[in-house]
Amino acid sequence: MFSLKQNSWFIRKVVIWRAVASIAWSVLLLPVTTAVFVLLSRFSLFHPIQWISDCTSLLAASSTIFSLVVLCGVVLITGFFNLEFYTLVPSIPCSRMALLGTVLHPRQCVHSLVYCTMGMLVMWCASVTIGGRYSTLGTTCRQSESGEVVTCLNEYHLFILLAGAFMGYSHSFLGVVQNMYYVSFQPIQQYKYPRFKGCLPMVVKCSVIQALYSARNFAAFYFFFGYAPKTWISSTLNLQIDSSLQPLDSLTGLLDLSLLYHLSISGTFLYLTWYLTVLLFRIYVTEAYSFPVQSTFTEDAEQSLPKVLAEKNTLVMKFLALQDLALLSQHSLSRRLEVFSLSQPGGHAHNWNAISRECLSLLSELTQRLVAHQDAVASNGRVKSQSASSDTRSASSSSSVVSGTEDIAETPRLSVPLRTPGSVFKSSVGGANSALTAPFTPDVDSPFSSPAIRRLVGQQDPQSPCFGTVQSPHIMRRGPKPWSASTESQSSGSPPASPATVPSPPAASQKPSFLAQWLQNRREQVKSFLAKRVLIMYLFNKLPEASSQALFADSQAHIWALQGLSHLVAASFSEDQFGVVQTTLPNILSCLVVLLEAVDRHFKLPHASSKPVRTICSMGDSTYKTLRFLLRAVLKTTIYKITTTFGEHLNAVNISTEHRKRLQQFLEFKD
Amino acid sequence: QFTRDTLKGHSRPESSSRSAFLDQRDTLWMRRLLCSDEMVAEFSQMLDWSDSALRSFAWHPHTDKFAVALLDDSIRIYKSNSSATPTLKHRCQRSVCALQWKPLCGSALAVACQSCLLIWHVDPTSLSTRPSSGCAQVLSHPGHSPITSIAWSPTGSLLVSASPVDTGMMVWDVAAESAVPLQRVGGGGVTYLSWSPDGSRLLAATPSALFRVWETRMWTCERWPCLKGSCQSACWSPDGGCLLLSMQGERVIYALTFSDLTGMNNNTYGPPFLFSLSLSVGGEVCSLSWDPRGERLAVLLKGDSQAVNHPSVIAVFKTRSSPVFELLPCGFVMGEAGAEPRFMQFHPHFQHGALLTVCWSDGRISHVPFYFSSAGLLGGDSPQQALASNTADHSSNKLYTEQIS
Repeated sequence: MFSLKQNSWFIRKVVIWRAVASIAWSVLLLPVTTAVFVLLSRFSLFHPIQWISDCTSLLAASSTIFSLVVLCGVVLITGFFNLEFYTLVPSIPCSRMALLGTVLHPRQCVHSLVYCTMGMLVMWCASVTIGGRYSTLGTTCRQSESGEVVTCLNEYHLFILLAGAFMGYSHSFLGVVQNMYYVSFQPIQQYKYPRFKGCLPMVVKCSVIQALYSARNFAAFYFFFGYAPKTWISSTLNLQIDSSLQPLDSLTGLLDLSLLYHLSISGTFLYLTWYLTVLLFRIYVTEAYSFPVQSTFTEDAEQSLPKVLAEKNTLVMKFLALQDLALLSQHSLSRRLEVFSLSQPGGHAHNWNAISRECLSLLSELTQRLVAHQDAVASNGRVKSQSASSDTRSASSSSSVVSGTEDIAETPRLSVPLRTPGSVFKSSVGGANSALTAPFTPDVDSPFSSPAIRRLVGQQDPQSPCFGTVQSPHIMRRGPKPWSASTESQSSGSPPASPATVPSPPAASQKPSFLAQWLQNRREQVKSFLAKRVLIMYLFNKLPEASSQALFADSQAHIWALQGLSHLVAASFSEDQFGVVQTTLPNILSCLVVLLEAVDRHFKLPHASSKPVRTICSMGDSTYKTLRFLLRAVLKTTIYKITTTFGEHLNAVNISTEHRKRLQQFLEFKD
Repeated sequence: QFTRDTLKGHSRPESSSRSAFLDQRDTLWMRRLLCSDEMVAEFSQMLDWSDSALRSFAWHPHTDKFAVALLDDSIRIYKSNSSATPTLKHRCQRSVCALQWKPLCGSALAVACQSCLLIWHVDPTSLSTRPSSGCAQVLSHPGHSPITSIAWSPTGSLLVSASPVDTGMMVWDVAAESAVPLQRVGGGGVTYLSWSPDGSRLLAATPSALFRVWETRMWTCERWPCLKGSCQSACWSPDGGCLLLSMQGERVIYALTFSDLTGMNNNTYGPPFLFSLSLSVGGEVCSLSWDPRGERLAVLLKGDSQAVNHPSVIAVFKTRSSPVFELLPCGFVMGEAGAEPRFMQFHPHFQHGALLTVCWSDGRISHVPFYFSSAGLLGGDSPQQALASNTADHSSNKLYTEQIS
């Protein structure tokens, strides 16, 4: 991914600077949050004047300044992780096993480790700032027997540090589960400052709630397992354990209100630091960017809107270009006129043609994806075609019915990708195994799919567990541990020809046929054996509606394409002087109607129309769960917008009879 | 099309259904003790909301159908060429204060209730008379109730809701069921929302003497402190360039004009002008409605409850916006003896002129067509048998326009 980033002017000139600005603002906010934290940590109700003067002197102390420097480092690393991990297309694990695979993935392990360390660092700063009994790891104490003064382990300090590591890990873990790095776009445009102000209460609330949860969980954790780190630290650092104090891994030790208060506010401080960085990054990255419709100079040609829309390599640029298209089509008359204009020598409508072609190819790609998915799950999971075989498991309720059919489908090609352990969480997007990509990924190699789609698919690597084929327990068992491979391809993420999938275990690929036969029998036995085990079924069963969510994971792009098209077409009724839109109107209408039919049929599938449970407060963005509803609503509005604008004139448009019938329903507002 | 027969077909079931609701009033009196109900009654566009058999009314923006909210918290949908009248009932549907159909959609109806916002999806082709409550989406946000005003964006993509107790208004992405709060301190809540027909601006009135005009591109707002009283009602001219406002306790209509009518440059617009038109007759202006062609303006003047001869009345004006903004008195719409107008709305796409729908205090709904040619020539009000258009009266009413700034 990094090599691709180097190539794109947009990443270099825009995204990097936006990330830098967001990190700079997070660093600037640090003194403020630290001051609030100091005030809260030293809070004393009965001596307000002493409290204030204590806090001001503490804020000027050198230890606080040093803490701030450490915290700046933490914020910088967080910001770097945001930039490196952020995604516009969420990863949607389709089974619990896939989720487990993502959590235990090496890249994720590194992430967790770094966050644990950062959590300890922040908590160290917090404990130094709070001072008192928390400040150092070692304290002097008097041994009970001999009465001599020795250095003892300060369990409070250790407790706070471990809490930091625990919170760091839970932040990293929840980041995967709740898609913390998914960046969604707001339905309305706002300037950055009002948006930040509007989100701030939500972020504070989230961090408080999350800190309270984590504090509770950590207290329980320490109660049961606190003995181990305590003895380990005291033996390695040769510190005594003060027996006169109440140990913290006991009920009476934990029921210390002041300790719990300090734990919660330090936890809130920790989460707030991270969440603010994430929030600022989201606000900066999703800020609208205005691309010129027509470039004045040839060297800027690659920055013009039609070129950028056709760009495949930089997803963020494509998204922002589509957003810009949707905005200009609604709000800017002068830029619309540029879209409808003709090229100066030649008189071709290059701008409109390029834009409409790109939008239509996006939409038709979605249609194909939906149709392929419907074919796959049609007739209750029975195999329709060879290529559909691998995903049948998802739709079938009884695995035994499928196992027979599936094995037949699999036998002819005991190919490499099937065995690829990495494919548990890495989509097999590559030339060799396109037949095995799940049927509802767009067929990457098919001639219809536009190059843009291939890019989009390529970007979807984390969500592959749904698309990825290997879901059956037996394959999982036979391969080595599923997270052992394809590290590089994950971290580098270069979509085409994911190299890591190919070199992984080749042993299984060349086998004589009788062995395959025997294997198949054994496999069936193993499978029926495993199907009876509750835990295995629990891990491998598909999560309901996950496949539906995964299908529409990148639908924000389609929504903008629809909005842009609808407003442009509607505006063309009065603003298009040369009639450039009229030539593409039949294409647009039929594309929309076909997509509508596909979407309608998709919503008749089980689980497709069930609404997700709304999460009350979490930093993870769950808007991707409802994108399909949004897409359907926008699609209908788009068609209505066009039909109400054109009215009876639509009868003059050359489209097929069925489509005309469908449009007639829209004209009468009967849909 | 609406002939007189179909119109009466619409208005009759209302009066008959009303008698059935009369005995429910006692329980409703109990419920009125709740302060939120009083708040709804105060800020509802329906005059005498708590006492009225009809709670709210909304025309569909594209087809000949309308929805009526009744005293028993049910909503009925009437269509011009179908006898089926679906009745919508939902557990959460209490104290309906406003209704609005989603533009560019055949089925979605937004309902502002006491505790939440309901989005009904009523299939226009289905013949069922009781759509299940599964057809309704419940949108709620803590601290955002009761909801007294809602407004769909003219493109149908966003829904804005407002509550008098919440300083923020919610911008809903209905399909995703997510909301973006737009907070502004000052004013202490938002009572009334109105989206300009071109979608570029949104009026938000507060309970105090302040209203805001939001521009909907970057969602920034302009503050307009009023001289006295809060903004009671408002309506936009069809091109979105002119905003008429009425203030509480005043007999004046204010007009704000926005100077970027051409739309060539959305970023710059000059300071709006302020007109004041004062009527020497009638009471306080409590509701305004402008027909979609911009030719007729209906003004609901609240009567004096103490005086006997001062019922509420609807005054109709001819309007012209170019070359200068003009209001000419046209006539009055009156109901049957003893019936007072409570609510009015123009039909959004009446072919032959303008069609004003009035909800009366006796539970009737009547439609008053105005036939005129587009040049503004008066073709004549065609009063229904129940209505008397008191045109002889207006010569004695003085009306003048005055430019303040």
